Amino acid sequence: MVQSYVPLSYYLLLSGFLFACGVVGFLIKRNIITIFMSIELMLNGVNLSFVAFAAHWHALAGQVFVFFVMVVAAAEAAVGLAIIIAVYRTRETLNVDQVNLLKL
Amino acid sequence: MSFHLILFLAFGAVCVGGAVNLLAQRHPINSALSLIAVMAALAGEYLLLGAEFVAAVQVIVYAGAIMVLFVFVIMLLNAGEEERTKGSRVAILLGVPGMLTGSILTAWVVLRHSGTEAVPIGALPGPPKEIAQLLFHEFLLPFEVTSVLILIAIMGAVVLASKPDSAAGKAD
Amino acid sequence: MNSSLNLWLIPILPLAGAAINGFLGKKSSRQAVTTVALFFSGAAFAMALWVALRFSSLTLPYHEYLAHWIRSGSFSADFAFYLDQLSLVMLLVVTGVGFLIHIYSVGYMWDDPSYYRFFSYLNLFMFFMLTLVLANNYLVMFIGWEGVGLASYLLIGFWFTKDSAASAGKKAFIVNRIGDFGFLIALFLLIRHFGSLTFDQVFQSITPMSPETAGTGLLTAIGILLMVGACGKSAQIPLYIWLPDAMEGPTPVSALIHAATMVTAGVYMVARSHVIFERAPTALTVVAIIGTLTAFFAATIGIAQTDIKKVLAYSTVSQLGYMFVACGVGAFSAGIFHLMTHAFFKGLLFLAAGSVIHAVGGEQDMRKMGGLKSFIPWTFLTMGIATLAIAGIPPLAGFWSKDEILWKAYQVSWVYWLIGLITAFITSFYMFRLLYMTFFGDYHGVQVDTHGHGHDAHGHGEPHESPMVMLVPLMILAALSLVGGLVGIGDRFEHFLAPVFGATDAVEGASHGTEVLLMGVSVAVALSGWWLAYLLYYKRPELPQKIADALGGFYQTVVHKYYVDEIYAAVFVKPLIDGSTRILWQDVDRKIIDAAVNDAGDGARHVSDEARHMQSGNIRSYAGWIAAGSAVVIAFMIWMGVR
Repeated sequence: MVQSYVPLSYYLLLSGFLFACGVVGFLIKRNIITIFMSIELMLNGVNLSFVAFAAHWHALAGQVFVFFVMVVAAAEAAVGLAIIIAVYRTRETLNVDQVNLLKL
Repeated sequence: MSFHLILFLAFGAVCVGGAVNLLAQRHPINSALSLIAVMAALAGEYLLLGAEFVAAVQVIVYAGAIMVLFVFVIMLLNAGEEERTKGSRVAILLGVPGMLTGSILTAWVVLRHSGTEAVPIGALPGPPKEIAQLLFHEFLLPFEVTSVLILIAIMGAVVLASKPDSAAGKAD
Repeated sequence: MNSSLNLWLIPILPLAGAAINGFLGKKSSRQAVTTVALFFSGAAFAMALWVALRFSSLTLPYHEYLAHWIRSGSFSADFAFYLDQLSLVMLLVVTGVGFLIHIYSVGYMWDDPSYYRFFSYLNLFMFFMLTLVLANNYLVMFIGWEGVGLASYLLIGFWFTKDSAASAGKKAFIVNRIGDFGFLIALFLLIRHFGSLTFDQVFQSITPMSPETAGTGLLTAIGILLMVGACGKSAQIPLYIWLPDAMEGPTPVSALIHAATMVTAGVYMVARSHVIFERAPTALTVVAIIGTLTAFFAATIGIAQTDIKKVLAYSTVSQLGYMFVACGVGAFSAGIFHLMTHAFFKGLLFLAAGSVIHAVGGEQDMRKMGGLKSFIPWTFLTMGIATLAIAGIPPLAGFWSKDEILWKAYQVSWVYWLIGLITAFITSFYMFRLLYMTFFGDYHGVQVDTHGHGHDAHGHGEPHESPMVMLVPLMILAALSLVGGLVGIGDRFEHFLAPVFGATDAVEGASHGTEVLLMGVSVAVALSGWWLAYLLYYKRPELPQKIADALGGFYQTVVHKYYVDEIYAAVFVKPLIDGSTRILWQDVDRKIIDAAVNDAGDGARHVSDEARHMQSGNIRSYAGWIAAGSAVVIAFMIWMGVR
């Protein structure tokens, strides 16, 4: 094996960048499905951070945690998309700005 | 320039590119495909870190199931290109700068405090067997709870997505 | 040591009567109510008589301790009663005259729908008055003091559905309270400087003090403040205004409370506090001056009044002034003597006036009376006796007491004597005016087919005599007015009260001869007042109108009681009401207090109105807020970590 290294901070920066993109996408995008995908992007960024730290600290629990995150993401995606379908049926739109009945 | 680093940068570039593309594209299907690319690149990153099981699961579950679900829904709803509508000023004015500030601060912290600790390639092998040991011993309870969670999610998805009249028929 | 006299029974018996009539009277028959009321007040009188009979066997002063009340540090005040010669005189007057008036009221109030309430209040009044008289400390006296004020309010406003009666009740109580303020401050001073309110202790502390001749000082202050209280209760200048209005109440009330007993409470209090006053010459002078001025002032108003009860009211104010003159010149026993005789003849005058009013069907204006002596001879006879008494014609009661006062006043200053003499003339004049206008001449009234005393009606034709139940008290009081003054002959009354007031000083430079001369002068003055009234209201009845016209504006001023009520209203009442309305209500209450509360609510609402915009229902703005907030939290955590 070639002895080499990548500093931990690189992984973390990448993870942070992915997360930031996810947040910005959430804020900018209007299509609700795209917003959902930004959430998935955020979760992925966090997963990367988990795995990087697990490797850094030699704690396998980090990877197990990623497993759980994925499960939750899956469940959330399923239910969330179901809700989007239901919303689409009544509202006929996927534009999140037009789903604002919960205002005061 | 080590091989490790090159690989890292390659996968990283795909990630970054996919993420930016997700933001840039107007049609959701393009965004979905970019996201799939990101996930695939992330699987590569996991492999670099030695988490082979996680990488496999990432591809199978995330990219293979969740994203497919997304694509199905996009096609089902026939989502078109985004229109420009009046958005929220707060989101743009407050949220984006806020997020960027937070990210920059975090990055600064990360850089200051975790400068040059090396993470060697394949640093922490994660064979399925070891993960399974952990999963079914220390993390048994979360495991069981998660299974219940999935069950509930299935039921929820079915109920929410079903047509209203058939939901009334299925009231039991 | 004395065996217990059970003095406490004397006030408690009327209280029991008041309670029984008050709670059960509404459903009871008139006879039952009457029995209860007369029994309890009669019992009190009987007990008072019994105490009087045993009086000479007592060591005085007699204390009767009932219960703890206040123990606070070194100050203590208890429920305790006290009996000495002064209290005995007051006791007999109050219970005796009170009982007679109870009997009279049975007849007078018989047709009133609130019969039971009247007697309940009347008994309640007796309770408070007796507490006042028998108290052994200022605090229990104050209970009685306030209580009689309350009873007076209740009784003046007895026909409370009538606006004027309700207002009169309020006026009496409120003006009384003004006087009570002075009384209270005097009590506070006493507590502060002497540590006690018990008569014995206070007077013992004061006795060694030398008179304050400098005109200022603690005792002078206390004395003047006590006098303020007395002015309120006994209707002296400047707080007399409530007494004429109090005539709105039923006539027995006027007789009992506003002639014989309550208004004399002030005189009693001043006499009881004589130890204080004797050492504060300035305060004494103030008392004398107030008394003199009031006597004269009220008498002048009485000349021009046409309502029979109002004349008597101003006459009461005037006679009370005499009592205060007596106290003010140090002749306390003379003041008490006049108090006693006044109770007889003024009580009689009021009761007889009630009888007159009853006879003419509720009319109180004297111009609509006249010639009644043939219709109501007994009333005429008794009222005549009372008029002679008050005018000071010997040998009736009023002569002895009034003359005693004038004589003592003369010994201090001829000014007091002169004004008192002029007032006696005016008194005689307006009393005989009342007599002539009411009983002589032709009857000017309408033939009444309804009659009552202001509230009920039963048909009759012409004026008729009152029933025996009303006449008997009149006769008894007339007898007392005839002979009551004789206890004063030879200074017997004064000697009787000497243990309380101290022995009288030897007269300076005035001899017995002067005394007889002055007696003759006062008799002459009284007779000339009679003659003038005879002239103006019997012989030449057209003269008064001509004189009134000639005097024009001045006469009008007198008729309108010198506009004192109007002046008070403008100077005190109106600014108070205006200030309350404009400043306290609209400015302070509405704009500051209400506004503070309302603005707090409004402020909360406005804040929430602004905050509401956060809840736009727009998911992206929520996300934006979250992102911004998380950035703040991250920054905070980093900052904390860096530190």
